[in-house]
Amino acid sequence: MDTLPLPDDGNAAPPPTPDQLRELYTLMAAVRHLDVSAVAWQRQGIIPGYAPELGQEAAQVGSGYAVDVSRDFVFPTYREMGVARAMGVDMVAYMSTHKATWHGGLYDPAASRLAPIQAVVAGSVLHAVGWAHGQTLEQNDGVALAYLGDGASSQGDVHEAMNFAAVMKAPVVFFVQNNGWAISVPTERQVAGGSVAARAAGYGIPGLQVDGNDVVAVLEATRRAMAHCRSGNGPVVVEAMTYRRGPHSTSDDPGRYRSLDEERSGAGEDPLRRLRQRLLDGGIADDAFFAAAQAAAEAEEASIREGIEALGPRPGTEMFDLVFQETTPALHHQAASWREESEHV
Amino acid sequence: MSNATLESEAAMADGTPRHGVEQLSMQQALNRALDEVLAENPKAVIFGEDCGRLGGVFRITDGLQSKHGENRVFDTPLAESGILGMSVGLAMAGFHPIPEVQFDGFAYPAINQIVCQIARMNYRSRGTLPMPITLRVPSFGGIRAPEHHGESLEALFAHVPGLKVVSPSNPHEAYHLLKYAATRPDPVIFMEPKSRYWQKGDVDFSAADAPGFGAPTGAKVMREGRHLTLVAWGAMVSRCLQVAELAAEDGIDVEVLDLRWLKPIDADALVASVRKTRRAVVVHEAPLTSGLGAEVAQLVTHGCFDTLKAPVERVTGFDVPYPSGDLEDEYIPNIDRILFGIQRVLEYRRG
Repeated sequence: MDTLPLPDDGNAAPPPTPDQLRELYTLMAAVRHLDVSAVAWQRQGIIPGYAPELGQEAAQVGSGYAVDVSRDFVFPTYREMGVARAMGVDMVAYMSTHKATWHGGLYDPAASRLAPIQAVVAGSVLHAVGWAHGQTLEQNDGVALAYLGDGASSQGDVHEAMNFAAVMKAPVVFFVQNNGWAISVPTERQVAGGSVAARAAGYGIPGLQVDGNDVVAVLEATRRAMAHCRSGNGPVVVEAMTYRRGPHSTSDDPGRYRSLDEERSGAGEDPLRRLRQRLLDGGIADDAFFAAAQAAAEAEEASIREGIEALGPRPGTEMFDLVFQETTPALHHQAASWREESEHV
Repeated sequence: MSNATLESEAAMADGTPRHGVEQLSMQQALNRALDEVLAENPKAVIFGEDCGRLGGVFRITDGLQSKHGENRVFDTPLAESGILGMSVGLAMAGFHPIPEVQFDGFAYPAINQIVCQIARMNYRSRGTLPMPITLRVPSFGGIRAPEHHGESLEALFAHVPGLKVVSPSNPHEAYHLLKYAATRPDPVIFMEPKSRYWQKGDVDFSAADAPGFGAPTGAKVMREGRHLTLVAWGAMVSRCLQVAELAAEDGIDVEVLDLRWLKPIDADALVASVRKTRRAVVVHEAPLTSGLGAEVAQLVTHGCFDTLKAPVERVTGFDVPYPSGDLEDEYIPNIDRILFGIQRVLEYRRG
């Protein structure tokens, strides 16, 4: 259901090739296994907390796969592990945020084209608008891809961002993962009118609502939206309808606000299983391929876990050294006191 | 017309730095500084509500859009969080944003972006995404403005790790401090005392090159004295200089220290001044409780405990919402209240 369809301007990308479909499956399998494992890591005491994206693999991998890291820039929230993986970000450096090593993660955001992990709901959507306007000012064709959820859509910054972007024709794709839940509050008590994409009409910009559990539909919608931006037509809202199958975080207990029956009926068909069936039906992949993808996912997770377990705390001096580019006498003095008076690391 | 004059006008036309001394209002001095920053740094961009075509409600950006183009100086929609959030993204894209919040009280709707994003992005990104953002905030009271147009937010900003805060007291300081702030790689909140926008003063354009005197960092002694140090910033500096003249008539020799940088505070300059005078009064427009005067008093006490003749006194606004214009003069520290503060310190007796 497109509330304001994109004009047919010849920007539609060709459908994914069989190789790309297999790659999408491999990515989704890796993300699924890492996500499920990260919850186990938390239970085992390897990491203090994690925000699972179980059920959102198609929305995340499909959209992240559309990014051109040579020119685009992505603005994640704290639940975009699948996007990071699809973009090729170093996953030990990414998962380090959940090890409580460094809030923003240890990856280089400038080099990886993924902004630091953002814990403020809707905190980075305006950053995407500013970055995108910078592309306009320099006549670059990069596109900002801003992630937000149904809960974030309640924040005033989302309105300001969409309005600014529309007024300035900034090349931003607002990618909404409507996963049905903002911790314990369902979409119907969060999003008036039922659709974030519908709001795009009010800003005079295209709004696309896609099946967020169909990775091909997500990839095609994101590509169309990015092509629209890249051609200088201004921003687009893409709302991927999906479902948060897991808890909000490893500290959450969904049993307090939804029943297992509600979870089963709300979640629909597993996006990974859907893609698998599609590949089987199309003769694009066979059981040996799926077994190999699973084995690769397990090997990858083992390697990431080893990297995470090997991560020690950062040197305490970084607390002081990374506040400013040009430090202050007061910080210098505090760092000296800390060094003298603490059992520091 | 001499060649020197011609050269000076040519320099003004390109926005290149000038030399010599000129009498300018603070509004003109700030405008000149921004003009030069735009000319010197192609990545500098100025934006905010009414900053473009109108030149800002205080005309600080007057003429800059027509001179530098709509890509360098532009109007935004009327939303402060949007302006500051957009600044973060522009900085990430390699720009040096110089946003304006039209009035101090309207920085509040942008506090999340200022505190949680601008102040922390360098840290969060481990220094890979610096935030060279110079946020201009017309600040403080004294112009009979409506509600939320006369706030003093320096203690709030100075408390936030990752921000630097500066306030000029006269046209010379305005020109040099803004040129300095707008070339730093860190976020600086630039608090312009709006009651001083139209006061003229000499701007020495060559001072930036002179060693010592012209340094745009730290505090600055604006008047030397032997008996007591008045510490102030923004519009309160000129008031303290007036007070010093009056006190001199009674034989009291008052030193006036313009703190200039409210973060980082120049503790060495504070201590050097008060070790000499042995008495200090800090003056600010902001409310008393948890105001920056408390920080100044602690720094002075810590550095001068053995030589202080009296506890550091504070003469400040009251712990009340900033009042309507009719009561403004009752709220802002006036000459009499500052003189009373001086008297309390001079007459202090131990025990």
